[in-house]
Amino acid sequence: MWSFSHIADEINEWLNKTFNPTLALTIEMVIAGVAVIGLFATLGLVLVLMERKVSAWMQIRLGPNRVGPKGMLQSLADTLKLLVKEGLTPNGADKLLFNLAPFIAMIVAMLLMAPIAFAKDFQLWDLNIGILYVSAVSSIMVISILMAGWSSNNKYSLMGAMRSGAQIVSYELSAGLSVLSIVVLTGSLQVSDIIQSQADGWWIFKGHIPVVVAFITFIIAVTAETNRAPFDLAEAESELTAGFHTEYSGMKFALFFLAEYVNVFIVCAIGATLFLGGWMPFHIGNWQGFNHVMDFIPSSIWFFGKTFFLIFVIMWFRWTFPRLRIDQLLNLEWKYLLPISMVNLLVTTAMAILGWHF
Amino acid sequence: MFITKYIKDVWGAVRSLATGMRRTMYYFTHHKEIITQQYPDNRDTLVLPERFKGEVVMPHDENNEHRCTGCTACELACPNGTIKVITKFDISPEGKKKKAIDKLVYHLELCTMCNLCIEACPSDAIKMAQTFEHSVFDRNELTKILNNPGSKIMEGVE
Repeated sequence: MWSFSHIADEINEWLNKTFNPTLALTIEMVIAGVAVIGLFATLGLVLVLMERKVSAWMQIRLGPNRVGPKGMLQSLADTLKLLVKEGLTPNGADKLLFNLAPFIAMIVAMLLMAPIAFAKDFQLWDLNIGILYVSAVSSIMVISILMAGWSSNNKYSLMGAMRSGAQIVSYELSAGLSVLSIVVLTGSLQVSDIIQSQADGWWIFKGHIPVVVAFITFIIAVTAETNRAPFDLAEAESELTAGFHTEYSGMKFALFFLAEYVNVFIVCAIGATLFLGGWMPFHIGNWQGFNHVMDFIPSSIWFFGKTFFLIFVIMWFRWTFPRLRIDQLLNLEWKYLLPISMVNLLVTTAMAILGWHF
Repeated sequence: MFITKYIKDVWGAVRSLATGMRRTMYYFTHHKEIITQQYPDNRDTLVLPERFKGEVVMPHDENNEHRCTGCTACELACPNGTIKVITKFDISPEGKKKKAIDKLVYHLELCTMCNLCIEACPSDAIKMAQTFEHSVFDRNELTKILNNPGSKIMEGVE
């Protein structure tokens, strides 16, 4: 069978036969790094094109349709343009922080790739506190934004960065609480355990209404955390030109842009893992025949299908809703999402203890 | 009570958001609604909306007659001096003097297509045309005289 885990095992076996274990491990790490960078590049190209097409169709436009067949090479052409542009550093900027910020954004995105299970038994690092790791590392993202805003020496950038800080600090809470409700049901922070627990049905179906509420809260909170519309106050074009990346150009801007899309992919992958079963095929209880048919679809297709569905939902939000004001944004979090997710966590805990889920 | 208002707020928000999302999903799945015109490519088949405003014209009938009485209502209505009505006095067969237009000068380069002159006209003498390819090399060509040479007012238009 051609599966990712099979290929990975083959490579591992061959490397260990040919080289000594240390060298084999080093080579494996390099391969993993290259694979992650390759995935980033592909994701950037695909998601930018997808966003432009989705936005165009939702706004009754055509979208890119000139470069390549049906405009499919548009994002590639844009990337080439950004590559040859000058990466300008403004005179009054803090040079070190200014140049460091985009790389921090990328490094955070790369670190977050580690615990994600892309297919059956295909995971970079199945650490036993995977979900905690994700929520901890993802909050470093705000540092890169603050760094970019501060070092630009530009009032728009600083304002955008400060807004982004307030926003991410607030929404981290309800995202964390909705993630916790799944952790409570599963009893484990390990990603592979969470996926295994959904072998007889995804949590969104098994967990009744509380998990659905947690899912909705999670989607809203991660939309805010990735700074996307309707929560894009950090870059709000009409008020702050481009917010924290106003002063960035060329490849440094492209890194921020790429980091945004990779972050969207990551949060959607986490959402798919927690609520929609990760790579787990669609199973219904004891229907052996049906479950068997579903198992024929490769696990990687299940994972990417669910993730891209969630990405589409987040894009759907972006092109439907107007931007919130800062007070509305904080009202939504502190007055609505946080109390709701707290009560919801309590209900989910009661449900887990009493065994009311399937 | 506070809690019922709270729940009502949440419910109303969810419902109105769902309404918006249903609308965009409708557009996303119905590509026939797309209004983009691929302009230079479909120049021959281009269909503009009925209310599109390209430039002011004065329609003439087959006898080279227009409906303009020279009342200068359009000139007065114009916010930026685009229209200049130059009047003359015709001598009717009965020997009476009658006001008529000599030239209706229209400065396309000043016009903002605000439609106020068309609304001001009491006799529907001018209207908006659908032409929009106005680029020329000499800006004098943008100063147009709307009435044809030798044209006169239609019978019965006062």
